[in-house]
Amino acid sequence: MNYEPVIGLEVHVELKTNTKLFCGCSTVFGIEANTQVCPVCLGLPGTLPVINAKAIEFAAKVGLALNCTVATHSKMDRKNYFYPDLPKAYQISQYDQPLNMNGYLEISSSSGTKRIKIVRIHLEEDAGKLVHAGGKAGRLDASEYSLVDYNRGGVPLVEIVSAPDLNSGEEAYEYLTSLKNILLYIGVSDCNMEEGSLRCDANVSVHPKGSSVLGTKVEVKNMNSFKFCKQAIEYEIKRQIARLENHEAILQESRLWDITENKTRVMRSKEEAHDYRYFPEPDLVPIILSSEWIDGIKESLPELPSEKQKRFIQSYQLSEYDAKVLVNDQSIAAWYELAVQAYPTNAKGIANWMMGDLAAQLNENKTDIFKLKIEPQHLAELVELIDQNVISSKQAKDIFLEMFQTGQFPKMIVKSKNLIQINDPLIIEQAISKIINEYSQIVQQYKSGKQSVFGFLVGKTIQATDGKANPKMVNEMLKKNLDV
Amino acid sequence: MNLEQLSLTEISKKISNHEVSSVEVTENLIRHIEKTEPALHSFITVTADLALDAARKFDEMNIKGESFLLGGVPIAIKDLLCTKNIKTTCASRMLENFVPPYTATAVEKIEQAGGIIIGKTNMDEFAMGSSTETSYFGKTRNPWDLDCVPGGSSGGSASSVAAHQAYAALGSDTGGSIRQPAAFCGIVGLKPTYGMVSRFGLIAFASSLDQVGPMTKTVEDAALLMNVLSGYDSKDSTSAQVPISDFVMPLKKNLKGMKIGVPKEFFIDGMDLEVKASIEKAITQLEQLGCTMIPVSLPHTKYSLSVYYIIAPAEASSNLGRYDGVRYGLRTPGDNLNQMYEKTRSSGFGAEVKRRIMLGTYTLSSGYYDAYYLKAMKVRRLIKSEFDQVFQKVDCLVTPTTPTPAFRFGEKTQNPLSMYLADIFTISINIAGVPAISIPCGFSKNKPIGLQLIGKPFEESTILQVAYQYEQSTLSNQLKPNLKKIEEFSKNEL
Repeated sequence: MNYEPVIGLEVHVELKTNTKLFCGCSTVFGIEANTQVCPVCLGLPGTLPVINAKAIEFAAKVGLALNCTVATHSKMDRKNYFYPDLPKAYQISQYDQPLNMNGYLEISSSSGTKRIKIVRIHLEEDAGKLVHAGGKAGRLDASEYSLVDYNRGGVPLVEIVSAPDLNSGEEAYEYLTSLKNILLYIGVSDCNMEEGSLRCDANVSVHPKGSSVLGTKVEVKNMNSFKFCKQAIEYEIKRQIARLENHEAILQESRLWDITENKTRVMRSKEEAHDYRYFPEPDLVPIILSSEWIDGIKESLPELPSEKQKRFIQSYQLSEYDAKVLVNDQSIAAWYELAVQAYPTNAKGIANWMMGDLAAQLNENKTDIFKLKIEPQHLAELVELIDQNVISSKQAKDIFLEMFQTGQFPKMIVKSKNLIQINDPLIIEQAISKIINEYSQIVQQYKSGKQSVFGFLVGKTIQATDGKANPKMVNEMLKKNLDV
Repeated sequence: MNLEQLSLTEISKKISNHEVSSVEVTENLIRHIEKTEPALHSFITVTADLALDAARKFDEMNIKGESFLLGGVPIAIKDLLCTKNIKTTCASRMLENFVPPYTATAVEKIEQAGGIIIGKTNMDEFAMGSSTETSYFGKTRNPWDLDCVPGGSSGGSASSVAAHQAYAALGSDTGGSIRQPAAFCGIVGLKPTYGMVSRFGLIAFASSLDQVGPMTKTVEDAALLMNVLSGYDSKDSTSAQVPISDFVMPLKKNLKGMKIGVPKEFFIDGMDLEVKASIEKAITQLEQLGCTMIPVSLPHTKYSLSVYYIIAPAEASSNLGRYDGVRYGLRTPGDNLNQMYEKTRSSGFGAEVKRRIMLGTYTLSSGYYDAYYLKAMKVRRLIKSEFDQVFQKVDCLVTPTTPTPAFRFGEKTQNPLSMYLADIFTISINIAGVPAISIPCGFSKNKPIGLQLIGKPFEESTILQVAYQYEQSTLSNQLKPNLKKIEEFSKNEL
C-alpha cells in the first residue's frame, strides 16, 4: 500500500527580551546556575507575576510575521503539573485564548511553494533546567540525585503550532529553516538550538494515501537540530509504515529521538499523559490590545525573507535560487544590497561573487559578514573593474583574496601590483609571435588536428605578458593566427 | 486606663505628642502579652526584640518631629503576610521554618507609616477554616469566652485586638476570614474591595478572592489603617488604579438621606434569635440616624457557598502545588521523586488543606472543568451583577455578619459542611469583590454579635461612615472582655 506521512510541528522559541516574562531577572544564557533568580521566578509564597510588555510585543511580532490574527483580547492560564524544574507547580501559559491564531508559512518544496497553516502561537514561561547526576547519567529515574538551575525559569517563550500540513522530513526541515529565518529577521530570538532558544517537537502519523482518516499520531521529542528533526521524522515514518504493514497498531505515545542509536524510543504512553488542569491565571488581568497598537507593530516589522526574495528577483534580475541563497541570511542580504548600491550596473555579477568566492571564505572563517575586512564597496569596485576590462576574471580572483585579507580597495591593489590588464592588440600580437616561435612543435601538433594543446598556448601567451593580457583577446587573436 | 486599652488613633496621638514613647508603649504591650498569651495563644511568633528595636528607632525619629500615621504603634500581622527575616508559617507544618527574603506590600506600608510589628498571629492553616482550629500550632481562644473559638481564619488577629495584645492587626479575607472572627471577638474588621490593597507578599489561598484588610478596636482605626494600606501596587497586577482618598474625614458626616438595603436572603430560618434581635435593633438605630431602609433581594447569593467551594479550592489546589519539598519548607525524603512529593505533602499539610486540594484538583480535572469551574464562574458573574443592580437603588447593605455567635471548640470540626455554613453571610461579598465591614452590635449569651455593612466597589468610605455613626450612637463597643479572667487562666496554663 502507498502511505502518506502527516506531520505537525510544535516549535518553542525563547524571546530575547532583556528580562524574564514575569519578573525583572536577566535572561542572559550561560551564567552561573541559580544566579539569575528572584522570589517571583522562584515562585516563593506570596509573590505575584507582572507581565513583561516587551514579551507581548515580541510575541505579537512573531504572530504578524507568520500572517496570524493577533487577538485584541487574550488571557494567561495556568498549566498545572509537578516537576522540580517548575517552581510554582504550574506554568503560566495560554490555553483557549492564545495571542495569535490562524497564520501560515510558505515553504518551497519539490512540488513548488506550499502553504503550511499555523494554528496558534501562544506566550508562556520557560521552566528551569535539570541536571541529573550519578547513576545512569541524563535520566531522572536512574540518577543518584538531580540539581536544578532556575536561571531559565520564567524566560518568555512562544509556542508555534503548525497544522498537520507537512508530508515529509524534507518539508519539516524546510519549514524549520524558513521559520528560523523569519524569527531572526524580526529580531525576537537568537534561535540557537544548542542553547535551547529554539526547540522542536513533531507529531507524526501515517495513513493510506487518499484516505481522509488520519492515523494515530506519535509525538517525537528531544530533537536538538534541524538535521535530527528530519532524521527522526523519517525514522518515525518508516517505523510506523513497517508496523502497519505488519498489521500492528500504532500506539499513541511520546517518543524520544536517541542520537546515539539513531532511532526513536518510548518516553511515555497516553495513559501516563498529564491532566494539566488548565484554568485562567487569577494573578493576571486579560491582555487587551488595541487594533491601533497591533497595526503599529505590523508596520514596525522589517521586510521579511519571502518579500525580500521577490524584490531581489525583480529588482536585480536574479534567479529564484540566487535570491533565496542571498536572503537566507539577513546580514548577507543587507551586505549585498550595499554592494549593489555602490555599483548597480551588474547586480548579478556581485551576486555571483558573493555566492562563490565570498561564500567560500565566509564558510571557512565562520563569522558575520559585517565583521570581515572586505566591505561591500570593495566587491562592487572589483566587479566594475572586470566589467571595464581593467582586469581579467583570473586576475580578479587573486585580487579578491588580497582584498579579503587586507581590506584594501581593488584599485589600490591593481595599482600597487601593476596588474592592469593588457588590451593593446599590438602587445598581445608580439607575445603571440614569440610563443609561436618558441613552441613551433606544439603549434605543428595543433595544426595537425590536436585541438587540446590550444589552451596550453593561450596560457603561455598570457604568462609572457606577466599574466596581464586580456584572456579573451589572446584567445581570439591566437586562433586567428593559427587557423591561417 | 491602662495604655494597652487605648485605640490605635488614641495611642498614636499620645506618642506623636510625646506623652508617651513608642518604647514605653511597646514594653507595656509585651508585658500584657506575656500575661494573656498563655490563655489566648493569639500569636505564632511574638517579635518582642525586633519590636523594641523598631520602637527605639521610631522614638529617635519622633524627636525630629516627622509625622507618621501609625507613629510607633505596635500592630499584629496575620502569619500569612510575608515579613522579611521573620518566620512566616501560614500556620502550617509545611512552612514551619520558612523565613521570607521579602516583606508583603501591606506590611511594608505599615512599617513606612511608623507601625511596629509586634508579632505574627495564629490562623487556620493556609487560611482554610472558620475557627483557627486547623492551625498546626494549636488553637486560639476567644477572649470573651475561653471555651469558644475566635472565628477564623484570622482568629489570632481578632483575639489579639480584642484582648488588647495589639492596637490593630492585619487579617486576610477570602470568604469571611476578617469579618467572621471580628464578629466573634467583638471588634471591627474590614474586607476592602478586591484590588484595593496589594496582595503582594500575601501567601495565596484563593487568588481571585483573597484580600488584606484591617482588624481594629474602632471604626476610626479601620479608616486610619485604610489610609495606609490602600493604593495601587505595581507588584500586583490585580491591584486597582483608583485615586487615593482619605477615609478618616468623611466618617464624621451624618447619615441623613443614606439609603440602606436589607437583603431578605440574609435573614434566614434557624438564625440565632439574639443575633436576629440585635441586627433588628441596629437597623432601627440606623433609621433613627436618618437612614432609609429599603428591602432588597439578592436571589443568587444562595449559590455563593457552592460557587465559593468550587472556585476557592480550585485556585488553592494550584496555589499550594509549590509546596513540594524541592526548594523551601518541609521536605520528607522518599526513594524517588514522586515518593518525596507524596510524603512531603502528606506530612506537611493538615486534613482541611488536603480536603480542599483534593476538591480543587477534582473540579479542575478534564471532563469536570465545564460542569464545575466554568459554571461556578458564570454564577459568580450573575452574583456580581446582582450586587451591581441592587447598588443602583441603595448606598449600602446591612446584614448580620454570621448566623450565630462564636461556637465552642470541636463543635463543628467533625462536620466540614456545618463549619462552611459559618461563612454563609460573608462569602457572597468575596464572590462579588465588593467591600464589607463587620462591627460589634450586641451580645448573645455574653458573646459578641457582628453587624455587616456591604458597600459598592471602591466605596469603603460609605460603609466606614455608616459604621462610625452607628458605633458612636451605641454603647455596644464599650464592653470589653474580662482581662482579669484571661490573666487568671494564663497563670493556670503556666
